[in-house]
Amino acid sequence: MPTMREQACATASELFRNEERVVLVLGEISLGYFEDAFRLAPERAVNVGIMEQCMIGVAAGFAMEGLLPIVHTITPFLVERPLEQLKLDFGYQRLGGTFISVGVSYDYSIEGPTHHSPGDVAVLSTIPGFEILVPGTAAETDRLIRATYSNGRPTYVRTSIRQNGQSLEVEPGRIEVIRRGNRPAATVLAVGPMLTPVLEASAGLDVSILYATSVFPFDGETLLREAGDLVIAVEPFQEGTLAPRIAEALADRPTRIRSIGAPRRYLIGYGTPDELNAAAGLDVADIRRRLEPWVSV
Amino acid sequence: MLAGLVALSRDRVLALMSLAHGDEKHDWSSVSTVDPLVVLYGRILRFDPTNPRWEERDRFILSKGHGPSAFFSVLAACGFFPEDTLRGYMTKGNPLGGHPDRDLVPGVEASTGSLGHGLPVAIGVALALRAKGLISQRVVCLTGDAELNEGSSWEAILLAPHLRLSTLTLLVIDNHTSSIEMAPWEGKLGSFGWDARVVDGHDHEAMYEALSRHAPDRPTAVVADVGREDEA
Repeated sequence: MPTMREQACATASELFRNEERVVLVLGEISLGYFEDAFRLAPERAVNVGIMEQCMIGVAAGFAMEGLLPIVHTITPFLVERPLEQLKLDFGYQRLGGTFISVGVSYDYSIEGPTHHSPGDVAVLSTIPGFEILVPGTAAETDRLIRATYSNGRPTYVRTSIRQNGQSLEVEPGRIEVIRRGNRPAATVLAVGPMLTPVLEASAGLDVSILYATSVFPFDGETLLREAGDLVIAVEPFQEGTLAPRIAEALADRPTRIRSIGAPRRYLIGYGTPDELNAAAGLDVADIRRRLEPWVSV
Repeated sequence: MLAGLVALSRDRVLALMSLAHGDEKHDWSSVSTVDPLVVLYGRILRFDPTNPRWEERDRFILSKGHGPSAFFSVLAACGFFPEDTLRGYMTKGNPLGGHPDRDLVPGVEASTGSLGHGLPVAIGVALALRAKGLISQRVVCLTGDAELNEGSSWEAILLAPHLRLSTLTLLVIDNHTSSIEMAPWEGKLGSFGWDARVVDGHDHEAMYEALSRHAPDRPTAVVADVGREDEA
């Protein structure tokens, strides 16, 4: 199975090859994946170097002229550093573009907090009109990019090292029902690459499991239909990010909402991605440890 | 519509600005842009007010979005919208606000206000035009001298010559509001690879001459020195 990053770059390259309106705006990252694109149509591919604010503005200029920019770099430098450009150049001006990140949450596990980005989805959620997609596998990354690259809206695609064991035929704005419990004590909403850890962590527990790859648009309708009175979101990004979406969907009935996700603190230290996920409480054992008391009440 | 077909003058624009400002004194931020805008829209830019999104138009981005009443007055004089619209400047229900909005005002290419955004966007527009084969269309981005304190502007100043964007013109209104000394302009911008020159921002012929020329392999910067407010 390719990584999400490999797949995202391959998908973007194919769209670039087949669709003359697609342009690539890169910030010195992943250039090796796009060598063919630069050879094929250099007038539609630009590497701006290390200047992420400018990178987003350049992409907006392309979008103003009716082209379809695909922008790609490392997550904190794609989302947090040029946040105002995303907000004003794209969000406010209602321009379309695809923003593909690499290295989310603690993926850059040997680099320290300068390269961590568990808050990406939370900060992008503040921008009206921004769509946020969190695929769980490489194949889902491909599906979601193809479904949205020309939708005329700014769309964030979050690629992670962590992948689920199998892919689903996901669509933007749709929650998938993975399993319905018999007398479920809770509805667990797994987001993106947290599905496989959730399935493993909930073994033997009578819970319903839903799967979301789309934060905006959010499928409140399916959640309302499927959810019991305890909803537990298991998020690969900052814990609680989805809580407002869940609360909004279930606003007309009493519901308890719990969240398991990246903690709101700097994760100091180094190691493998798995080791940092464990340090953040995002491995299977920790998810199980937190689920058990909630679902056994 | 081709450039030169609109009868624009400083006095005409100031008169229209009076519709926007009433008895209040015109702000320096706007007034300092009047002469360069008169030259641009009267003699340089190609546009069609009956079809603001005409594909073959030149693009103008007011990066320094604050103090837009001179810009709005020029657009009204050019026929993009009725002059009477200026009377409701910055009031409820009127499309003309304290910063230009591309979705509300015909002739506005980019919604600006937060400083340092316009020049990167202008680079993207110039690249897009080049990709579409529109190689004779010009992209002019107006900034203020203080706006060029912004780091994002200098990212773009570094990038544009690297991309050999000969259709791009940076028009700096040097109204001496920057707390940081920005001169020498030619030395700074020239060292980044721009074809840069400073002109008297009230001398229409000098500005016309400077804005008419552009090097074949690099972007152009024209710094219009309009003096200080207390000298105006």
